[in-house]
Amino acid sequence: MIDTILITGATLPGGSQSDILVAGGVIRELGSIAAPAGSRRIDAAGLVALPGLVDLHTHLREPGFEQSETVLTGSQAAAAGGFTSIFAMANTLPVADTAGVVEQVLSLGQQAGYATVRPIGAVTRGLLGEQLSEIGAMAHSRAAVRVFSDDGKCVHDSLLMRRALEYVSSFDGVIAQHAQDPRLTEAAQMNEGSLSSELGLKGWPAVAEESIIARDVLLAEHVGARLHICHLSTAGSVEVIRWAKARGIRVTAEATPHHLLLTEDLVRSYDARYKVNPPLRRDEDVLALRAAIADGTIDIIATDHAPHPSESKECEWDSAAFGMVGLESALSVVQTALVDTNLVGWNDVARLLSATPAAIGGLIGAGAIRAGAAADITLHDPSTSSVFDVTDLAGKSVNSPYLGRQLSGSVRYTLHNGYLTLDDGLVVPAEVVAASARAGSQMEMGE
Amino acid sequence: MRHLLSTKNLSRDEAILLLDIAEDMSDTQLREVKKLPTLRGKTVVNLFFEDSTRTRVSFEAAAKRLSADVINFSAKGSSVSKGESLKDTAQTLAAIGADGVIIRHAASGAPQRLAESRWIDAGILNAGDGTHEHPTQALLDAFTMRRRIHGDASRGKDLDGISVAIVGDITHSRVARSNLWLLRTLGAHVTFVAPATLIPFGAAEWPATISYDLDQTLSEGRPDVVMLLRIQAERMDAAFFPNEREYSRWWGLDDERFAAMRSDSIVMHPGPMNRGLEISSTAADSAQSTVLEQVTNGVSVRMAALYMLLAGEREGA
Repeated sequence: MIDTILITGATLPGGSQSDILVAGGVIRELGSIAAPAGSRRIDAAGLVALPGLVDLHTHLREPGFEQSETVLTGSQAAAAGGFTSIFAMANTLPVADTAGVVEQVLSLGQQAGYATVRPIGAVTRGLLGEQLSEIGAMAHSRAAVRVFSDDGKCVHDSLLMRRALEYVSSFDGVIAQHAQDPRLTEAAQMNEGSLSSELGLKGWPAVAEESIIARDVLLAEHVGARLHICHLSTAGSVEVIRWAKARGIRVTAEATPHHLLLTEDLVRSYDARYKVNPPLRRDEDVLALRAAIADGTIDIIATDHAPHPSESKECEWDSAAFGMVGLESALSVVQTALVDTNLVGWNDVARLLSATPAAIGGLIGAGAIRAGAAADITLHDPSTSSVFDVTDLAGKSVNSPYLGRQLSGSVRYTLHNGYLTLDDGLVVPAEVVAASARAGSQMEMGE
Repeated sequence: MRHLLSTKNLSRDEAILLLDIAEDMSDTQLREVKKLPTLRGKTVVNLFFEDSTRTRVSFEAAAKRLSADVINFSAKGSSVSKGESLKDTAQTLAAIGADGVIIRHAASGAPQRLAESRWIDAGILNAGDGTHEHPTQALLDAFTMRRRIHGDASRGKDLDGISVAIVGDITHSRVARSNLWLLRTLGAHVTFVAPATLIPFGAAEWPATISYDLDQTLSEGRPDVVMLLRIQAERMDAAFFPNEREYSRWWGLDDERFAAMRSDSIVMHPGPMNRGLEISSTAADSAQSTVLEQVTNGVSVRMAALYMLLAGEREGA
């Protein structure tokens, strides 16, 4: 196993060139560096070095839905996409609503070794929206849960949401709300508009998202708590967040890559790869989300990686599952939608996909390339353009909306705690990564 | 024509050709021996995921009068969780050697999914999908209007300048959608009349006039055609309107409204009717009513559609 890696000629997010010396799991030095004896050298000329990407919104499906994804396969997908930390959503079976489940997910992540896996705890028991789950126990568990979410379902009861916001602030936690009024979206299938009416698919109106966000920012203001809004999808939601931030309300917001690139017109095919919740919206919404990222109203980009087996997508639209895989394609989609369009630079990408999600999730020490920091580094080649293909996917499921679509850039290398998880575009084999992870944790204990 | 999935993509020429072929088919139905040899040796599957005896029987009659072998396949419960998937069903029909599949499905887009999948190569004919489209119903409605207006001189004609009021639950109606696209293509003008809850969201962007007032539409528009749609009682539970009495009072074609209509206008209903709710018996049984003609014409139009899809060498097959 090679412990020392010298990355040469990388372009840092700010635009300057630097070599990066990695040893013992941490970044030792930046600048112009002579190769130490026995080191692995990675030529990063033309590659952008980003702090390892952090996904605040991943569905790993384990325990309970291992036919779709496992912690291992999901974190392999993460490595392929340049992610070194992923927050695993709570809608597993059993639901991650106890210390036992979140510690299990944490351990599976540590064994796999591809990324830091931080479990998200459910806000309510069984995601039923009735009683608070054991938030304190999860916060004080080995998994040290800081993000709580019923994602997939909205915490729609106003009183329960208020209490949840208050209660998690006792543990420096944050509620990540899936904003969807359940009554306004019963059996909803796609964005509500003239297209949903034409296609005969039940509409998911923008107001069902916007009204919950409006309520929740007011609740957060009232109780003085921190609130995070998952997957903003409408222009109106952006306006509500902008208003809330101007008022000083402690709210952060995320957008997914797919809501930054794809629109409802794709639903004309009735191809269920485009079925997602919240649904793909109109052009105006996509442009509003992009503008909100450029002006800082939206704080982060998170994938909402949602693997499903093929039979859940190869069927009529109404019966199909909601969700798309997104870890492997995220950075290319962000480049295509935001960087190539000159809305943001790589420094912003580092903030949107690493530093800020790490800060929201309470991930200490992540999000920057600097000497002394854990060596979580993503090397991305922005010069390529290729048709996204099933071989670009590294998880268990292939429900990607980008298959057959031209995307910019490709992730070449991912380093997690100083070892490679993606090497020249190929996911490093599981046993090699697991051994590196074990060696790393033994070293840590030895120090 | 490879498939018939919607009326939205039919050109004017295609639509008129279909209606003209239906005229030819209709002529043959006046003969003592109604059966034609056209589709001898072809296998047509009636794949009905929703109960609809009327539509199934109409298609069955059409296919049999063209000498096709007809297999009725009723498959209730369709989703992955409830028994066999659409994909498996389609592949089974392909293995049986179906040349044409007539599909009725509660899920919008299911026929298009079949047509664009690689599961089956047969010609797909949409017999009603969810709240999306019901193209043969629109074609038989247009055929019926053209006959009433142009009589024996119908061949080659469109519906230019004809005004059609479609009244009732537009939101949940695949018939209304298919009619709108086809009638527009044929040059007619369409007004949707319903309470705002039963007008599809965003329909203001569609090429139709929207009216909440049936009396005004009848008195000011003087439409050539008034088409009533079936009102389903379960809509009241979902707060689309308060009760049947109120619906009938404002949007039903009652005797008084019927009496005020132009005597040369026609009254249509795709059936089955709720007499006394959306249409009075006087109107339904009047000489202006085309309700039974629509049923008869349905067979001719479906024969024409099957002929276009399955006779001779199939396009791209």
